[in-house]
Amino acid sequence: MKHLLSIADLGADGIEEVMRVSDSFVEVSERAIPRVPALRGKTVVSLFYEESTRTRLSFEMAAKRLSADTMNFSVSTSSAKKGESLRDTCQTIEAMGVDAMVVRHSSAGVPWQVRSWVDCTVINAGDGWHEHPTQALLDCYTIRGSRGSLDGLRIAVVGDVKHSRVARSNVLAFTMLGAEVTIVAPPTLLPPSLDGWPVAVSHDLDNVLAKVDVVYLLRMQAERQSEALLPSLREYTARYGLTRKRVDLLPEDALIMHPGPINRGVEIAADVADLPRSLITRQVANGVAVRMAVLFLLLGSEPRA
Amino acid sequence: MVDITGERMADVLVAGGLVQAVGQSIDPPAGATVLDAAGCIVAPGLVDLHTHLRQPGREEAETVETGSRAAALGGYTAVVAMPNTEPALDSAAAVREVLELGMSVLCDVRVAGAITVGRLGKDLAPMGEMADLGVRLFTDDGDGVQDARLMRRAMEYASALGVTLAQHCEDKVLAAGGHMHEGEWSSRLGLPGQPAEAEELMVARDITLARLTGGRVHFLHLSTAGSVAMVRAAKAEGLAVTAEAAPHHFTLTDAAVASYETNFKVNPPLRTDADVAAVKAGLADGTIDAIATDHAPHAAEDKEVPFDQARPGMLGLETALALALTELDLPIAGVLALLSWNPARIAGIESAHGGPVAEGRPANLCVIDPAATWVVDAGALASRARNTPYAGRKLTGRVHHTLLRGEPVVIDGAATR
Repeated sequence: MKHLLSIADLGADGIEEVMRVSDSFVEVSERAIPRVPALRGKTVVSLFYEESTRTRLSFEMAAKRLSADTMNFSVSTSSAKKGESLRDTCQTIEAMGVDAMVVRHSSAGVPWQVRSWVDCTVINAGDGWHEHPTQALLDCYTIRGSRGSLDGLRIAVVGDVKHSRVARSNVLAFTMLGAEVTIVAPPTLLPPSLDGWPVAVSHDLDNVLAKVDVVYLLRMQAERQSEALLPSLREYTARYGLTRKRVDLLPEDALIMHPGPINRGVEIAADVADLPRSLITRQVANGVAVRMAVLFLLLGSEPRA
Repeated sequence: MVDITGERMADVLVAGGLVQAVGQSIDPPAGATVLDAAGCIVAPGLVDLHTHLRQPGREEAETVETGSRAAALGGYTAVVAMPNTEPALDSAAAVREVLELGMSVLCDVRVAGAITVGRLGKDLAPMGEMADLGVRLFTDDGDGVQDARLMRRAMEYASALGVTLAQHCEDKVLAAGGHMHEGEWSSRLGLPGQPAEAEELMVARDITLARLTGGRVHFLHLSTAGSVAMVRAAKAEGLAVTAEAAPHHFTLTDAAVASYETNFKVNPPLRTDADVAAVKAGLADGTIDAIATDHAPHAAEDKEVPFDQARPGMLGLETALALALTELDLPIAGVLALLSWNPARIAGIESAHGGPVAEGRPANLCVIDPAATWVVDAGALASRARNTPYAGRKLTGRVHHTLLRGEPVVIDGAATR
């Protein structure tokens, strides 16, 4: 495989392969000098048209630990501010001789467009509301680390599914690996159509929590109030937030996850995020190893053209 | 030969801009140009109710001249230029400028005037002075007139002028922020959608207002099953409504957007299979009177951007006839009714276009090979822009010759000037 645009491109076998390779890169990350020469001589460019801290740093660290050269293109310091088109920017960067572009954009579909304009590997680091495949991979990897497998697990994805690239990729990944997914949200924060989504839907979080192995919370953005999607964040928290009281409804061993950055007190109570069963920091740590695996699988097996 | 009166085998003699004779085995006078139409269909030239010629204001995308060449190559002898230029065609002066640009080009250029000043939906544009220049259709196309009271007044005022109001049906508030059809595909692709109901609300409103005012309304580019059903009912009721559909709304669905290819972005957006079927049924049963291209050229820099930043619209003039012949299960006379004489009647130009091919009529004709197959090559199109969604698609039916007022402007599929 040359590109990673949608998690669907990988399929269940591809996800399993990424997870197997991630195991060895977790081991690398634990070394005194956490670096291997696997991608020496390769150049990975981060093309970020949207603010991001963790994803950009995670990819950069992953590339560096594989000994790749890294470059950063972020919109605030770049020619995009001077009016250069996306296509021109991509082709200019490719002309410098890069092996992979890691693309983040606030508009859905941009990585697909970039792929049509350049010859190098393209990795989707999040496109609009659409997909965030490496987040799905690191989440699957994190669940697998705690539970051994996703097969048969019951996972609740809670919150703003409509505007969430994490939800779109994760629903695909979780279900491909055999989990049963229930999405829990007010109707205004669901996609307009769920035809073809292999999920159950609920508007009653309390009822769902007792029957899950993992509760996966999505970030709630304050501007949803002004779009008439919610009366208030306060009402959202009351009905859909993971409060301390709701944690008691969860089975003993159920896990709590969140892609970050978290809004403490909105979708998750401050003390809940820090409970031992919360995997939020583990997700971040695993992100580097999983992205090393992705870069290695896409770039490591073939000699540079 | 196929025209509104039926089908027959005949030669056509043209001189002085007029059809001089129609009959069996006419001997060409000495020095005459003879255009071979063996195996082809001679028909009245096609008429497009919905062309964006982009002049003035966006000449990098199209001009009256380049658009007219595309039209002639597509078999059109007349197009109605939409008024959403920059500035808008909302006064006699602005209309006159485009009419003058259209005097010497490769098709007859008629103009639709704006309903409101600047197409801003606030004040009525001077429809009377534009009607005096021959404008017969008025529209704020690109936008619908949002204000129901203003639309009511426009219908009432227009009725005294004998003109037709053409509506781009879209409730802007409900459609706000939508870049494709809202549904299964928009949900999957993470793109904000606009629901079919945004179109249907305005179709319903304008049918209601047509009933109230008795005014004539033409519905532009109908795209949803619900809209087709409402227009069918309005016609059954006897209201003075007509409708058109664009080729892309009976040949493409929202599934095409999965590529994020911006040439599939159009407004109204590509809809579902069920909507395509309803549009085809509406074309077949007469609910939809005409096929109109909504030919909307855009420069590459307006399309090589993220999908949600791209301008909506696609080229249509050079592919409409072939798409209709390829995709619609209609006899050739039915297809030509939708592309020629019905739109000519709606545009109010039936004295010059779309009429029977008969002695004394203006020689606005096209010659079509209905069996010729060809592959759409975006680079070979005559439009200044390249935004066709059909590049690489194999189509059946091709225009061989086009005659404008007797002048062969297209011979053997090539423009003569």
